[in-house]
Amino acid sequence: MSLQSEQKTEEILLELQDIHMHFGKVKALSGINLKIKKGEIHSVIGPNGAGKTVMMNCINGLYKPQKGKILFKNNEITPLKPYERAKIGMARTFQKVEVFGGMTVLDNIRLGRHIHYKSGILNGALYLGKAAKEEIEHRTFIEEQIIDLLEIEHIRHKPVEMLPYGLQKRVELGRALALEPNLLILDEPLAGLNLEEVEDMARFILDINEEKRWKVTCLLVEHDMGVVMDLSNNIFVLNFGNMIMDGTPEEVQKNPEVIKAYLGEEDLYATRK
Amino acid sequence: MELFLMTIVTGIMVGGIYALVALGWVLIYKCSGVLNLAMGEMTLIGAYISITFYSMGIPFLLALLLSLIIGLILGILTERIFLDKLIGEPVLSVIMVTVGLSFFFKGSLELIWGTDTKVFTPPVFPLEPIEIGPIVIGQAYLWSFIAAIILLIAFVCFFKYTRWGLAMQATADDEMAALSLGISARFVYAAAWSIAFISAGVGGTLLGNINGLNISVAHLGLLVLPVVVLGGLNSVPGAIVGGIIIGILQNLCGAYLDQYFPGGVKEIAPFAFMVIFLLFKPYGLWGWERIERV
Repeated sequence: MSLQSEQKTEEILLELQDIHMHFGKVKALSGINLKIKKGEIHSVIGPNGAGKTVMMNCINGLYKPQKGKILFKNNEITPLKPYERAKIGMARTFQKVEVFGGMTVLDNIRLGRHIHYKSGILNGALYLGKAAKEEIEHRTFIEEQIIDLLEIEHIRHKPVEMLPYGLQKRVELGRALALEPNLLILDEPLAGLNLEEVEDMARFILDINEEKRWKVTCLLVEHDMGVVMDLSNNIFVLNFGNMIMDGTPEEVQKNPEVIKAYLGEEDLYATRK
Repeated sequence: MELFLMTIVTGIMVGGIYALVALGWVLIYKCSGVLNLAMGEMTLIGAYISITFYSMGIPFLLALLLSLIIGLILGILTERIFLDKLIGEPVLSVIMVTVGLSFFFKGSLELIWGTDTKVFTPPVFPLEPIEIGPIVIGQAYLWSFIAAIILLIAFVCFFKYTRWGLAMQATADDEMAALSLGISARFVYAAAWSIAFISAGVGGTLLGNINGLNISVAHLGLLVLPVVVLGGLNSVPGAIVGGIIIGILQNLCGAYLDQYFPGGVKEIAPFAFMVIFLLFKPYGLWGWERIERV
């Protein structure tokens, strides 16, 4: 694993500088610093309530940190709204699946293409031919790249709310991928999945990260230590809004403080190995 | 028989206007879940603006177009000033804000235009009626209906053939997820309110042409409720069909029941019908049936 991380470029894609976030008197994040290199899978772990999702919401723009800076592709993005961050290459999935239940799988993924439509409101009306051609291009992209990758051909036309939870999570991933993001934030993509689904999802994440077509940098929040240790190039450990450490999986496993705070005194990490 | 046919035809014509206003209402509900209680005042604003331009000697179509543009601007302003801060707040708060907006609009209207009935002078549409076989219809009705239908088709196409239709539905469904996909909730709300202002304004102008224009045209905003309840609160085709049905119903009651119950049968019939209808079909004709699975 350490070998692999040396192969990655040193270019920084996302950087958090001294992020503070509190709700009233509750401190959710106090002084978080994080650097995510282009091309890596960087995980964030920590016990429940450590502030992981708050951190993701700050990165994605749903929350505004009271203090601190966020840099994406070397530009400051702290004041940007979530939809503006989506446009510059940031996509995410949610801890509790947030899919558009009444719509079909295909429509859900089509919405992920929203930012890539070039024809605006008037153009769409004026150049029906051009807009139609664009629509076909997007359709082909969705069919050939996303539906194929995630193996969801058979449910394309089903309304998402009728699908089992595992497949809903897959659709949500597909929708985020449709943005063709540079950074993909995955907030507990494995929670609530059965063993087989966990394996599938882990494989998809690896594909998205490694395949030439995608090469998406992933920021992964997950509790399944087995998968986290296997997939990640680096792991950021969070507890009560403070960073405990940031390092390779090997370093994290050896760190006594991490073991105390999260892994437990005993060998707890090998959950699903 | 002739009376019956004529009542039906006039009902359809007026119903077209109701449908147009209802469509604007449905859009706001569809993308934000907000029951807009200021719709009636919005019809008045558009109508007063176009009558003002018209009385300044500007040709009717141009006056109408100008009022549409102002409606668009007002929609954006309403979103920016009143509703932007409420993104993410409970829907009920926003509904209360629309009640406030309705008072605010009404007050401003009375301040600017007074409470007297205004009419379009000279009349926009020729006064002599058109005869189609046994049916005689006023030209104002016919042209209003045509205008309403054109606008309805334009709006429906906008939602069917641009990506914003889907984006609006997505925002309504899950604002947080929509934001994460690069859909600007602000834009969606501003678009919905602008379209609502426009459709309300045109509806008000057309109705003002038929009956003259005063504060009571704002009842149109209330009349929208039976229309959308009938069609299903979030259904665009439902709003159109509902509008026409309510138009017919109202006219039939006016023609046949008024002699037995003189006074306001015409006014209350839609609401009585709404209550009865709700007993049997609480989701309307095409509304989403939300069944919680336990």
